[in-house]
This record gives sequence, C-alpha cells and structure tokens, in this order.
Amino acid sequence: MNFASKVQVLLWKEVKSELRTKEMLSAMLVFALLVAVSFGFALEIARDEVTKILPGVIWVTLTFAGILGLNRSFVAERQNDCIYGLMLCPVDRSAIYVAKTLMNLLLMAIVELIAIPMFFIMFNYPLPASLGMLILVLFLGTYSFMVIGTFLSALAASTRISEILLPILMIPMIVPVLICAVQVTGGIFSGDLSGISLYLKLLITFGAIYSGLPFILFDYLLEV
Amino acid sequence: MAKNRENPGLDRLLAWLTFFSLLAALYLALVYAPTEKTMGDVQRIFYFHVASAWIGMFAFLVVFVASIAYLASKDTKWDIYAYTSAEIGVIFTTVVLVTGPIWAYPIWHTWWSWDPRLTTTLIMWFLYLAYGKIRSSLGEEEKRARLAAVFGIISFVDVPIVFMSIRWWKTLHPAPVVGGSQGLALAGGMIPAFFVSLFAFTLLYLFFMRRSVRIERMRAEVRAIKENL
Amino acid sequence: MIVAKGLTKQIGSKRILKGIDLEIEAGDFVTCFGPNGAGKSTTLKILALLSKASSGQLFIDGMDVSKHGDELRKKVGVISHNTFLYDNLTAQENLVFYGKMYEVPHLEKRVEELLEDVGLTYAAADTVRTFSRGMQQRLAIARSLVHDPPILLMDEPYTGLDEMAKGILNSVLKQLSLSKHTVFLITHDFDQGLEQSDQTVILVGGRIVHRCDPKGIGREEFRQLYLKCVEGA
Repeated sequence: MNFASKVQVLLWKEVKSELRTKEMLSAMLVFALLVAVSFGFALEIARDEVTKILPGVIWVTLTFAGILGLNRSFVAERQNDCIYGLMLCPVDRSAIYVAKTLMNLLLMAIVELIAIPMFFIMFNYPLPASLGMLILVLFLGTYSFMVIGTFLSALAASTRISEILLPILMIPMIVPVLICAVQVTGGIFSGDLSGISLYLKLLITFGAIYSGLPFILFDYLLEV
Repeated sequence: MAKNRENPGLDRLLAWLTFFSLLAALYLALVYAPTEKTMGDVQRIFYFHVASAWIGMFAFLVVFVASIAYLASKDTKWDIYAYTSAEIGVIFTTVVLVTGPIWAYPIWHTWWSWDPRLTTTLIMWFLYLAYGKIRSSLGEEEKRARLAAVFGIISFVDVPIVFMSIRWWKTLHPAPVVGGSQGLALAGGMIPAFFVSLFAFTLLYLFFMRRSVRIERMRAEVRAIKENL
Repeated sequence: MIVAKGLTKQIGSKRILKGIDLEIEAGDFVTCFGPNGAGKSTTLKILALLSKASSGQLFIDGMDVSKHGDELRKKVGVISHNTFLYDNLTAQENLVFYGKMYEVPHLEKRVEELLEDVGLTYAAADTVRTFSRGMQQRLAIARSLVHDPPILLMDEPYTGLDEMAKGILNSVLKQLSLSKHTVFLITHDFDQGLEQSDQTVILVGGRIVHRCDPKGIGREEFRQLYLKCVEGA
C-alpha cells in the first residue's frame, strides 16, 4: 500500500473521531460566528468603510478560529500515547502530518462555508461580483496558514503550554500570508482586481514554501 | 573537563578590546562625525542603530546555522551556541526597535511606520521571543534542543519571506512616509564612525557569546554532577 | 530473531544505554528486570524501531533495522502501560484502524477473532472512553496482535491491571509462547513472567549486568540475585 492510501486511513480515523465528538468543529464554528456577530454590532459603519475593514476582520477571525482548532489537533495523539502507536506502524511519519493537515483544511472549509456568509449578513454587505476569486483566495490563504499551522501545532503539542505557545509561534510566522490574503480580498471587495495578481502569486509561493519545510523537518518533531 | 576550553587570557583581551572600541565608537559617533545637515544631531543614533541591526541579524543567522548543525550532529555544543546567540540577538534587536522610533519621531513625525525593514525587524523580534518561549516551556534537555532547533530553522527561513511580502505590499501602496528607504549616503566623517561602531558591536557580540556559552557549559556540568550524586 | 550488538543511546548529555548485547532466538521468551532509569524502556523503544540507537547494530530476522525499517515494523507488536488507543473510537474501529495501517488481509474477520480472544466482543461498538482500565489493556493486547507479529515487545503491561485482566494477559502470554512467538517482556514484578522465561536479563545503569536461564531458580532466590545485582552496580 502506498503513501496516499495510508494518508487516507489516517484521515478516516480523524474524521471518524471528530464526527463522534464534534469538539473542534463546534468550537471553531461558534467562535467564528460570535466574532462575526460581535464585529457586526461593534462596528456600525458605512459601506465604503466596511470595504476597507471587512477583509482584515475576516482573515483575523479565520486565523484565530484556525488556531482554536489547531490547539486540539494533536491532543488525541498525546492521550494514551497514541502517537507512539502511529510511529510503530510501517508508514512514513510525514503521512501523519499530511493527514492532520487535510483534516484541518476540511474543518476550515466547513467553518468558512458557514461563517463567511454570516459576515456578509452581519455587515449588511453585498456579495462581491467575482465570487470565484473570493473562493480561490480563501483556499490559498487557508492552505498556507494551515500547512505551517499544523506543523507548529505538532511542535507546540510536545510542550507543557501548547495552547499558549501555538499563537505565539504561529502569528509572526503567518504575517506574510495574512497581508497577501487581506490585499487580495480587499481588491475583490472593492471590485478593483488590477493589483491582486502579484499577491495571488505570492500566496502560491508561500503555500509552496510552507508545504516544503514541514516535510524536511517533521521527522525531527517525532523523534523519541 | 572545562579547563582546556577556558582561556582567561583571551577573554580578558576580548573584554578590554570591546571596552576601548566601544569608547572609540562613542567618541566617533557623538563628537567626531559631522552633524547631518537636514536631520541634525538625532542622526547620530544611526551609528548604533544600524550596527545593532546588523549584529542582531547576524546573531539570528548563527542560530539558524547552529540549529542545522545540532539536528545533523545532536551535539549539545551547537544547542548552546544557538540558544545564547538567540538571546543576544533579541537584545540587539530590542536596541534597534527602541532607537528606531527615537530617531523616527523628529524625522518622520511618527514613532512607527509599516516600513518593510521596521516591520520585518519587529516580526523577527517576536519570532525569537517565541523561540525563547519554546525553550522555557520544556524541561528535558534533548527535546528542548531538538524542538528549538526546528523552530530556529523555520523562523530564519521566514524572515526574508516577511521582508519581501511587506516590501511588495508597501511599494504598491502610496508611500505614507517619505524617506524610509533612502540609501546610506554617508559623508566623509561618518564612515569611520559607522565602521568603528560596527566593529565594536561585533566584539561586544563575541564577548557576550563567550561569556554566555561558558555559563551554559557550567550549568550543564553542575547538572551532570547533580545527576551523578 | 533479534541480535543487538553494542547498542548505545545518548540523550542530551545523558548516556542512557552503554552498550547492550542481546541475542534472542526465535520463539524465546525473554524477561528484562531492572530498577527505574536503568534503560529498560529505551532498549524496548530501540527494539520496536521507535527510536534509533546512537551507535551499535540491531538485526531483526537477519535484517539490519537501519535499512529495512518499514518491513521490520510489521514483524513487531508492542504492548506498553499506555494503550495507544483512541478514546473517541470504538473498540472495533481502533482495531480496524491499526489493521489498515499494517495492511492486514481479511481484516474484518481478524478483528472479530481478536475481540473474542480478549473477551470484548460484547463491547465492540462502545467507545474506548467508556472502558475500564482492564478492558482498555485487553484491547491494547488485541491491538498489538492485529498484524500477527512474530515478535512481541512488552513494557510493564501489568501496570494498573486488576486480577482478572492479569489472568487474561497471562493466558495470552502462555498462548504466545506456545505458538512460538518471540517475546521480550519488561517488568518489575517477580511473580509475572519468570515461569515462561527462557532467558532473563537484569539491566542496571544502561548495561546488562546479569543474564541467566531462570528455570530451576526459585522466586526468592531470584529476588536475592536481583538485589545483589542492583546493589553491586
């Protein structure tokens, strides 16, 4: 059996386990919706100002919802020392990382599917014309911060203070992703798509770099 | 076991050399160098500001290299180098972040601007604070060294990414503050002041490194003795 | 089956193992005793391919572990005092998951059999979270056997077990040694393991200080021997 089918088995385990408790998904979703509602009534502002603010609000919310989920990502592996059970299996250890990343992306996709429309409703803001572009940037941005975020959550999970440590490690690391994602999203909202192609290219570049690093370094995180 | 490593003569020489070159740098920067025409005396902060920035960056490069060396060799020596260099790097970067706004306020009329260099320095500072946080949250020596080394590598790779992204972001925006990225056009008398400052700060870095590495080694020895009791 | 030559392990500045030589024949039952911190678990982790030795050589089934990692992982099962089980999955799902990871053929039937062997068929659809410690450990035994490994490594499997679970573990161990499995057992408990052992080793301070065939040695006699070894080192 090859790498891909092992990843599939690992992902099946993640999904099964999450479906039973819905621990991560419910926390992330409720958090994202609460933030959407809070900003909705805290910032009662005119539409052209919303155009300026909303991209930042959305991305900061997604980041923190993501961190909330990531904090739990490796918890199950630490209970009963399951991580050792996985490391005993005849599979490349990076498969564990890939499956976790896919799971986190799946969770974020569900969160975004529900929370993003809520932002438009709460801010009483029309859907942008280039909806395809919005989905593209949501995917690229989420992908970039989740690939590095999953890696850092594996790192943080080995410490005593993982839940405090993860945001401290992660936020400085994903600043470039946030900048680019906010710029593109801003362009989409204002209808001015002229400047965004550079940022899209950057997002793809960051996504590639942030996917490569964990493959080189993940084995070192799991050494015994 | 520590005897053959120590070289008190060299340490003393380094200490005095650092002391005198710092004095010389102070004299050159504050007295000898001509006053800048448009900025006035506040420009004199530049000599120490830039020297700290370079040394801070260099210190983080040392963390990066030592981290790779640690993961490759698992030799505790490299972990000690990485750790002490990160600590010193954070101190120098703090100096950069404090002296920067002091200079910026009278010149730019603002304490802070999201200039690529400023922002990158700030984020770098946060990254190496996080590096220290990883270390302080782990008790086991080997695990601490290993996880810190992993973060020491990715955080250094991240620095140029942050710099590029912010530069593109800023150059596409209308520049809010003029003058942020003027080159280093130094008048005649400023050149020795700058290079002597840089030299003095490099010596200071080496001095701190030797001192801290020795303290860390002593700590490790004490720990080893305690374990054998 | 297992041949170790001069295994050492250095963690940080600590030297955990200072040269371990082991030779375990196929079908042998080896019990390892030693005080805390002697390097027993580290040895087991190296034998289980969880951890790499800093120096020395290890051959399993004639193959060098540094070259045939994945192939050899399939030949090794591990039971530890931790269960490696997912709390949110059912007993059956846990076994199916590990079975798939080991590419076990006819998995469904295998899982059914295993659940029956450890007496958990009635709880197959319950999440592990609801299990008592004894039930969890029984399931952990099933988990370690899911890929039918010829070698079984056990790290203090008796910790926290009630009498009934101990009984089941003992009968599983007997079965295994009858069916010619190679077993390496770490324990503190002189009441367990001695009977079946073909070889016992005593590990102190990262070195094997004594090895013998315990057959014919009484429990009390062995206890005296052990204490002498620990004090002598």
